[in-house]
Amino acid sequence: MSTQTLTERPARSTLFDGVTRYIPIGATVALLLVLYLGGIASFPKFDSPQVVAKLFIDNAPLLIIAVGMTFVILSGGIDLSVGSVMAFSTMCCAWLTVDAGLSAPLVVGLVLAFGTLWGLGIGAVIHYFNVQPFIATLVGLFLFRGLTLQISDTDVSMRDIQFFHWGMEHLVEVGKIRTGGFWLPNLSFVAFAVVIVAFVVLHYTRFGRGVYAVGGSEQSALLMGLPVARTKIGVYAVSGFCAALAGVMAAMGTKSANPLANVGAELDAIAAVVIGGTLLTGGAGFVLGTVAGVMVWGLLNTLIAFQGDLSSWWARIAMGVLLLAFILLQRVLARSGEKRRT
Amino acid sequence: MSDDPIVQMTGIRKDFTGVRALDGVDFTLRPGEIHAVMGENGAGKSTLIKVLTGVHHPDAGEILLDGRPVRFHSPGAAQAAGISTVYQEVNLTDNLSVAENLFAGREPRLGPFINFRAMRRKAKALLDDIGIDLNVAAPLSSYSIAMQQLVAIARAVDIEAKVLILDEPTSSLDRDEVAVLLGVMRRLAENGTAMVFISHFLDQVYEICDRMTVLRNGQLVGEWATADLPENALIGHMLGREAATLEQIERTAAAHHVEDEAPLVQATGLGRKGSIAPYDLEVRRGEVVGLAGLLGSGRTETVRLIAGADRADSGSLVFDGEATGFHNPRTASARGIAYCPENRKTEGLVGDLTVAENMILAMQASRGWARSIPVARRDKLVAEFIEKLDIRPANPDMPVKNLSGGNQQKVLLARWMLIEPKLLILDEPTRGIDVGAKADIQKLVAELSADGMSVLFVSAELDEVTRLSDRIAVLRDRELIAVLEAEADMTTEKIVDTIVAGGHGNE
Repeated sequence: MSTQTLTERPARSTLFDGVTRYIPIGATVALLLVLYLGGIASFPKFDSPQVVAKLFIDNAPLLIIAVGMTFVILSGGIDLSVGSVMAFSTMCCAWLTVDAGLSAPLVVGLVLAFGTLWGLGIGAVIHYFNVQPFIATLVGLFLFRGLTLQISDTDVSMRDIQFFHWGMEHLVEVGKIRTGGFWLPNLSFVAFAVVIVAFVVLHYTRFGRGVYAVGGSEQSALLMGLPVARTKIGVYAVSGFCAALAGVMAAMGTKSANPLANVGAELDAIAAVVIGGTLLTGGAGFVLGTVAGVMVWGLLNTLIAFQGDLSSWWARIAMGVLLLAFILLQRVLARSGEKRRT
Repeated sequence: MSDDPIVQMTGIRKDFTGVRALDGVDFTLRPGEIHAVMGENGAGKSTLIKVLTGVHHPDAGEILLDGRPVRFHSPGAAQAAGISTVYQEVNLTDNLSVAENLFAGREPRLGPFINFRAMRRKAKALLDDIGIDLNVAAPLSSYSIAMQQLVAIARAVDIEAKVLILDEPTSSLDRDEVAVLLGVMRRLAENGTAMVFISHFLDQVYEICDRMTVLRNGQLVGEWATADLPENALIGHMLGREAATLEQIERTAAAHHVEDEAPLVQATGLGRKGSIAPYDLEVRRGEVVGLAGLLGSGRTETVRLIAGADRADSGSLVFDGEATGFHNPRTASARGIAYCPENRKTEGLVGDLTVAENMILAMQASRGWARSIPVARRDKLVAEFIEKLDIRPANPDMPVKNLSGGNQQKVLLARWMLIEPKLLILDEPTRGIDVGAKADIQKLVAELSADGMSVLFVSAELDEVTRLSDRIAVLRDRELIAVLEAEADMTTEKIVDTIVAGGHGNE
């Protein structure tokens, strides 16, 4: 029996540690408030609740792929294929229902299965062949964009398929927009559901904690006997599923498939994840931060739409500047953390 | 002790790209025994352990666990079969909490969800049991490396391993922490857990182990009960020669005194907030100055300021007659200061480059990238240093990561010797390496200083500092408290007395 007890207090108080951990997300929330209040001060009608609701209508697909991306980035990887997988999924929805005449629910099931399988496949390539995720998923970016354009190089309308109208049906309607009410369609709630499920999985399941462990140190996770292969492949499957689901939601949102839709969506998703406070090196971050990141992107676009004169590219320019600011903030925090430890 | 072995390894062979790391090694482990695997660096201890834990797959031989043949394809599989390992480097994920690290992969659950409350309670109980008291909800990164190591051990213990492997678990622990660890090991042995203990600290091995297996050059030398193998016989078996080398060094130290000249290094009030209090330190030409103190006393911080690895925020530094403020190791190295950092893997060597490439890195940098070193000259220099430092295997084209710790350290030393610095700073050059390599390195330091090179030597092992140094700077609580002249009657006790007396009262 040991006769003595060793006590050690954390080098930082947990309270302080808690604070540093939340600085990036705090900055994101503050930024959201600034953008929103700035909008209200500058433009009449910006205070309509529908402005906020619209964020979750227009950006539901982006939110879904950003959630999938959060899993991948937390594990220390990256997934560049999601924009193309999403466009391919939308195109498949149109092609298989309109041209091939298959039933819409079956097609949706097939598309979701395809996204998951693609993720499993590329995850296996990344893990077992030890390929850089950047390169492996770049394969998907080219492959599925090419396939999408091969199916059709013009827009395909899905307006005649009744099933795809479900997404924009109003699930919640409060008052009239004119009198300060708002509405939200089904597809927004699909995105919310994805966020909630992701949150629970990441924080309360072994798979989720494994994602953080692998992102913290893959070598350690392996030596601790954690299922590293399953975890690494799993995150790409989650991301692939989310991309396919986002494609289906996009099909419902626009009721048409544009072969050049969502070019660069993977980069928007990565930007949203990083602005939401997730470390690009993996191991630290929150899925709710990703929601805030997506809202920042949406609000920037809304502000530019309200302003009216500016080209929509200004949203990208602003996003670029913000991304730089957030990456620097992360580095500064990481560095001060290292200093305290030594 | 029961006679049925729990682990029986026979005829294990393992080759790495042309090098035979293990050649027909047998190893037997019985329930409830603590069994040391001894040998020099590169003798094959780590490889043997990694074969047992499923990290490496043997090219030949058989492993019986509980009498049944087994073949592990991953550390996870070995763990599931009851073989747990604690490694020298802490292999936990420090972004997660202490409790999560203890239970990762086997968290208590409610349905599919982790029951965090139960997990924290169990974590607390487990740590209490072992005798450590931590906030289990705090991230692991907020604790010292030593405490993280104890958490890793707690994790391994709780897996209810039949076999627990401890690979250099004490190299980052201080005396109290080692006592806690050895206490835990004894209790586990009483409960019938078989343990494999690897350590370079012979006193710990003799204190705790029942039995020893000695390896040399990938081959089995033999197995003995601890009581039957006195320490010098053990060293003889490990080195394959009579252990006279260590004693030779005693004579070389303190034999030279270079007087009167202006000192090579003169630090006045040099300091850095939160890292080391302002200190004065002189290093004369051809002198070995040792830095002694406990873990965390500021030894490394002291030399980092001189090496330019950290920026001083007070005081001045005169090097070779010129006032300087080195801002980075590059300018320092251009002036003739070579710094071998403590953590050779992350701060010193490039694992994927070969021995030769690693050796010439600094020399190439000092010549500028445009002027490449002629191949013939390079090969000659590399061969010379491999021979001089006795680097094994003597293959200049082997990636450095495949070398054992002691040999990696020698490659690092060779790199700096190639540029013929005026001041060589060695931070824990002998940590975690075996007796033979230690002797080689100590001998080298003595030779270098005899040739006129000044050496700043940081080591946790006081007898090593005592043996090699002309003067000894003693540190405590991030403050340089005394500089002792090493006279012929210098002993480790004097240093300890200085540390104890020199601080702020008795804590």
